[in-house]
Amino acid sequence: MNILFVLIPLGLVLVVFALWAFFWAVGDGQFDDLESPGWSVVAEDRPPPPPADPP
Amino acid sequence: MNALGPGCFHCGEPILPGPRLVVTLDGESRAVCCSGCRAAAELIREAGLGDYYRFRTASAPRPQAQSDDPWSTYDRPEVQLPLLGDEDGRRVANLLIEGLRCSACSWLIGERLGRLPGIVRANVNPATARAQVAFDPRRIGLAAVLRSIAALGYRPHVLGAADTLEVATRERRLALKRLAVAGFGMMQVMMIATALYVGAIDGIDPIIREYLRIISLVVATPVLLYAGRPFFAGALAALRARHIGMDVPVAIGIGLAFVASTWNTFTHQGDVYFDSVTMFIFLLLLGRFVEMLARHSAGSTAEALLYLVPATALRIVAGRRERVAVASLAAGDLIWVPVGECFAADGVVYGGATAADEALLTGESMPVAKPAGARVIGGALNTGAPVEIRLTAVGQSTVLAGILRLLERAQTERPRIARLADRAAAWFVTRVLLGAVLVAAIWLVVDPSRAFEATLAVLVVTCPCALSLATPTAITAATACLARRGLLVTRPDALEALARADTVLFDKTGTLTLGQPQLQRVTSHGLDSDEALAIAAALERGSEHPLSRAFDRIAAAAAESPSIHAGQGIAGRVGGQSYRIGTAAFVAALAGPRPATVAEPGIHLGGEGRWLASFELGDALRPHAAETVRELQQLGLRPSIASGDHAVAVAATAAQVGIVDWHARLLPQAKLALVESLRAQGAQVLAVGDGINDAPTLRAASVSLALGTGSALAQASADLIALRGDLATLPDAVRIARRTTAIIRQNLVWSATYNLIALPVAALGLVPPWLAAVGMSTSSLLVVLNALRLAGRPPQGSAARPVPVLAPRAAVS
Repeated sequence: MNILFVLIPLGLVLVVFALWAFFWAVGDGQFDDLESPGWSVVAEDRPPPPPADPP
Repeated sequence: MNALGPGCFHCGEPILPGPRLVVTLDGESRAVCCSGCRAAAELIREAGLGDYYRFRTASAPRPQAQSDDPWSTYDRPEVQLPLLGDEDGRRVANLLIEGLRCSACSWLIGERLGRLPGIVRANVNPATARAQVAFDPRRIGLAAVLRSIAALGYRPHVLGAADTLEVATRERRLALKRLAVAGFGMMQVMMIATALYVGAIDGIDPIIREYLRIISLVVATPVLLYAGRPFFAGALAALRARHIGMDVPVAIGIGLAFVASTWNTFTHQGDVYFDSVTMFIFLLLLGRFVEMLARHSAGSTAEALLYLVPATALRIVAGRRERVAVASLAAGDLIWVPVGECFAADGVVYGGATAADEALLTGESMPVAKPAGARVIGGALNTGAPVEIRLTAVGQSTVLAGILRLLERAQTERPRIARLADRAAAWFVTRVLLGAVLVAAIWLVVDPSRAFEATLAVLVVTCPCALSLATPTAITAATACLARRGLLVTRPDALEALARADTVLFDKTGTLTLGQPQLQRVTSHGLDSDEALAIAAALERGSEHPLSRAFDRIAAAAAESPSIHAGQGIAGRVGGQSYRIGTAAFVAALAGPRPATVAEPGIHLGGEGRWLASFELGDALRPHAAETVRELQQLGLRPSIASGDHAVAVAATAAQVGIVDWHARLLPQAKLALVESLRAQGAQVLAVGDGINDAPTLRAASVSLALGTGSALAQASADLIALRGDLATLPDAVRIARRTTAIIRQNLVWSATYNLIALPVAALGLVPPWLAAVGMSTSSLLVVLNALRLAGRPPQGSAARPVPVLAPRAAVS
């Protein structure tokens, strides 16, 4: 069972890494809007608009 | 009204008879209801943003006709300066966008802005209806940004540089982080606890056992100190305020269990309860997180109220008009109010005569005539003609500010139920603590070596987990269930109050009815009704009068030389002939005496020497109104109407929906008094409304529901918000609320029974602490699972009704 002395701390390191990644994502604002980024996939990319003045 | 034709392609509202307006998109022509919608749809097509129509999940707002350009003032430096942030020479504007309904809307605005020259960044968040736009002030002005949003049919408001949204975002992010720490920690500790429990039964190497305990301690410590912090802070604040809140038992429970576990870890004896500690923290945080989300979405709409009063006004000084900030106005100042703009403060009409739409303040559905010398209220809309106003009250002394104060008063008088729940918890916790002390004292006399273990067993076994989980989990599950039906619960004890409600008080305008004048019937007096409608629409084209909005959707060229007679009607020439539209007396001046076949009420159209047609305008019933009232009656609730509108209109609506008990012409104060007298008689009042004049009423009622399409303040002060503006969810909500209270009762009975049985057994020292922890966890789990039944099955009698679809073109093909 001595392997536990290695595996459990290793697991904890992974947890700390996962938490760090999550904190980074929260701080980056990735959870602020869970709706519209999903739609950006289906919206088509369009060529840049012709240089025209707004109406 | 729906029989008039399919909905408008752009805004989804019904299309009225008359010349057809179409817009061509992807080779197909689509019918639209008015020229405003056609312009918006064409603008979207020209900009290559037609995708919007494919992906939206709600109809677009109908663009409002603007008589002048109110945005140009935003380019003046003194107006701009306090509103904009600065970012390396770029300006950053925080906008609140009215009418933002779905992700497609935010995509549309984002794309539109992104294509303007000089826009650096445009983030539009549909969840909060906010946009943050960074732009280069040398290439584009704020006014152009606002104008392009308004052209799409949305209404932008400029928020101050520092916005409360930032506070909400920070709060939400912190809560997410805490939830993550608690969740990850809980999983780790649970995993290790499984090994410890198995080891307790099957035997375990003492070294491994101590090692696993230390690991649990290491993981549980950040959970307690970081994720559990709000509970300790809340308990401390409650104790400072000299009362025992819900946080106190939680803090004591997790604090004691943690300290005892830590002690046992280092003294190599007894048992550890880190699993219970982390699980408890996580589950409680989860409940609070859901509550917070509901609170935020309600709060962000509340803010819109502040923008009812315009930021600037035209002050007249020595005969010249100048734009000044409203804050710099004083009583006695003379201001100029164009048609379509709101009065900046209270005053009297000084020069000219007009009409004002005070629906937001009084609930009156028709505009009120304001002759010279009449009082006008700040925040009301000037609908008749441009006027000069002599201000009588500004700032805190205005009527609007007074209503807000009324609302605050009602707000502070409310939290009786909350206090009751807290007191019950405090009672329970003090008994448990006293019991534990008693058990410890007795065991110290009988057998000191077993005293600690028995006391701990008592503390753990009676840890108010199940008890404190019983209510929040049931409420959270019910809240989620209601949210899926488009009903937002903004206050946790709203469900309890809703289940108990026995009286429903409806507002009329905008609640039982749609709150907008609609063309109900056209009676022709010899002229084809389509032709009559076209002439009427032409005459009404130039008018900002709310009644004229009923004709908005009929295409017509504006009449020649129209003249608006405030409170009477409009005269003008169409196709070379003179016409008049308005009251019977006004039309009679051109068309001759009114024939006996023409009834006096309503709006009439007359030509020279002849009467042409009569229009019946009315406020159409909201869909499902009558059905909802009937269902509520079946559920044992007594419906009644309290309205600020005149008696005839209220009686007609009451008859249509089948309500016997109605009150008309009630001012906000009178409505408040009505609710208070009903409550004094012991009634549990459910108030349903939408206007600002309702806000104090909604606050004072036992529980309140606001329709999401209503004005922002009502939503802010309501306990429940029907996001789709659909009344039909109300009976469902009552059923779910009743089920929720039933489940809460079951849970409380279960956890009380469990505690009553477990407590004496533990006090006798028959329960080892690990068994106490298992028993407590199982008990909590049962409570949670029982509560989750709420989220799964819909209550009987409601599953069959389809949820009405707001957008006719919602589906992504």
